[in-house]
Amino acid sequence: MNKDTDITGFLLSVYQWLDPKYARFYKMDNLDKLGWLASEVLLKDSFHAENYQPEQTGLLLTNASSSLDTDRKYAETIKDIPSPSVFVYTLPNIMIGEICIRNHFKGENAFFIFEYFDAAFIEQYVNELLHNDVLKACICGWVELLENDHKAVLFLVEKEPTEQQELFTRQNMDKIFQTENG
Amino acid sequence: MPDVFIVADNILSPIGSTTAENFLKLTENISGVQLHNDTALSDEPFYASLFDRSQQFIKDSGNISYTRFEQLLIASVGNALENSGINTADKKTVLIISTTKGNISLLENNPFDRALQKRIALHTSAKSVAAHFGFVNLPLVVSNACISGLLGIITGKRLIRSGQYENAVIVGADVISKFILSGFQAFQAISPEPCKPFDSERKGINLGEGAATVILSSNTKYSNGIKVMGGAVSNDANHISAPSRTGDELAHIIKTALNDSFLSATDISLISAHGTATMYNDEMEAKAITSAGLQSVPVNSLKGYYGHTLGAAGLIESIISIRSLKENLVLPTKGFEKMDMETPVNISNKPHRIPLQNCLKTASGFGGCNAAVIFSK
Repeated sequence: MNKDTDITGFLLSVYQWLDPKYARFYKMDNLDKLGWLASEVLLKDSFHAENYQPEQTGLLLTNASSSLDTDRKYAETIKDIPSPSVFVYTLPNIMIGEICIRNHFKGENAFFIFEYFDAAFIEQYVNELLHNDVLKACICGWVELLENDHKAVLFLVEKEPTEQQELFTRQNMDKIFQTENG
Repeated sequence: MPDVFIVADNILSPIGSTTAENFLKLTENISGVQLHNDTALSDEPFYASLFDRSQQFIKDSGNISYTRFEQLLIASVGNALENSGINTADKKTVLIISTTKGNISLLENNPFDRALQKRIALHTSAKSVAAHFGFVNLPLVVSNACISGLLGIITGKRLIRSGQYENAVIVGADVISKFILSGFQAFQAISPEPCKPFDSERKGINLGEGAATVILSSNTKYSNGIKVMGGAVSNDANHISAPSRTGDELAHIIKTALNDSFLSATDISLISAHGTATMYNDEMEAKAITSAGLQSVPVNSLKGYYGHTLGAAGLIESIISIRSLKENLVLPTKGFEKMDMETPVNISNKPHRIPLQNCLKTASGFGGCNAAVIFSK
């Protein structure tokens, strides 16, 4: 986890490096910026949207603190003038909404809260969706942000095998999650 | 894959502390929505369905200090578990908690430090409630705006059908705090009067407090119970705080839920809509219902009785619909008088008895999410 970096500066620098030309980014709160950027990096060059209908791609995202970073900011605005543009981000699943808007994903989506990253739950849940043809592709993982502490680890899971893939298992997810430190 | 039955349920609301009490009050047209003058919540008076501030929900918690939110969860689960025959310590039983903001009101009067960060976390409340009842599995927490309750039911159903669990206890609750009320006021979403779902003069929502629990099981000893059939979730991919203008994404999952249930539109006897009484939501839902071929099916919204109970809404309203199925009684949409929609639907404004077999429940929420579930007798 990056504790010393100024988070807002960091997020902006990733945006500038990616250069996605997406003005909506500037409206988002830090948690959504983090999740959105992570999804851009995940999908860039790896996801072939032309292979999927909008309702065939979905998301399962998780974290520990929900939208607490923004909740605190909104609570501050209540002391003066409550801000609707901050309030709208006081739900963790808004991040899913932003990623869906960007990519026209209309499929199954859900946000769960866990104290720690739970690869077993994600593996079981996403496998169910893919095996039952509820989805053909799923973006899943962990997006956590509170002040400067942040961690985003996302996986793109697809039903059809392609060349550069690892097997979707809890062990592989845990391995990747552990290495994403610092 | 096994069938999933509803074993027991509870509604804990300003109208009553059991499902039976709640249903009886609704048949008597009693609503929890009242005018409140509470400067701790709002400088202006507002209509909402709230518990008495002094009401206690659990008797003795020993030396554990549960917040109001946690007390609601515990009281509701406790009542549902009574006489259900479900063993919480069973490895094949899971607890699922649905909420939008949990203990967020703790931000109001406490300095923010590590201890508050831990206390306010939804997983902390979940573990506390699970420990109270002796659940052995890690509880799941779904926090997905206003569809959380239905998503909890859908998740429970899927976990049971996959064989990972045999029983799921799904509980949802939200407490109305200044945090939540001020936010909706800032959005200008709050109605200055009791809400009027689907009505041509609707002016927005009333908020509401409540908790509700649904217990699901695949154990065939419960096969006389109402069955949870197909369910699905979608995203509008359009806007984070307003619904799709077409309702297509909700219509799509209504059709998916029908297909998964091996039912067609003509099999649906009743629709329990989200019906929040905002201009946009109700219009979108009417479009979706019509696109799915359900425009002549009786529709109601219960938000005129309960207000919008956020994380509890999908559960409270599902339970009332399930009771309606059992009683063959369609409850009216309190507040509705006149329709003026591009795609009119059949809103019930009087209680009436007809044979009811299959009920569709829908919900939509911030973030562009939609959920639909079908219950069958």
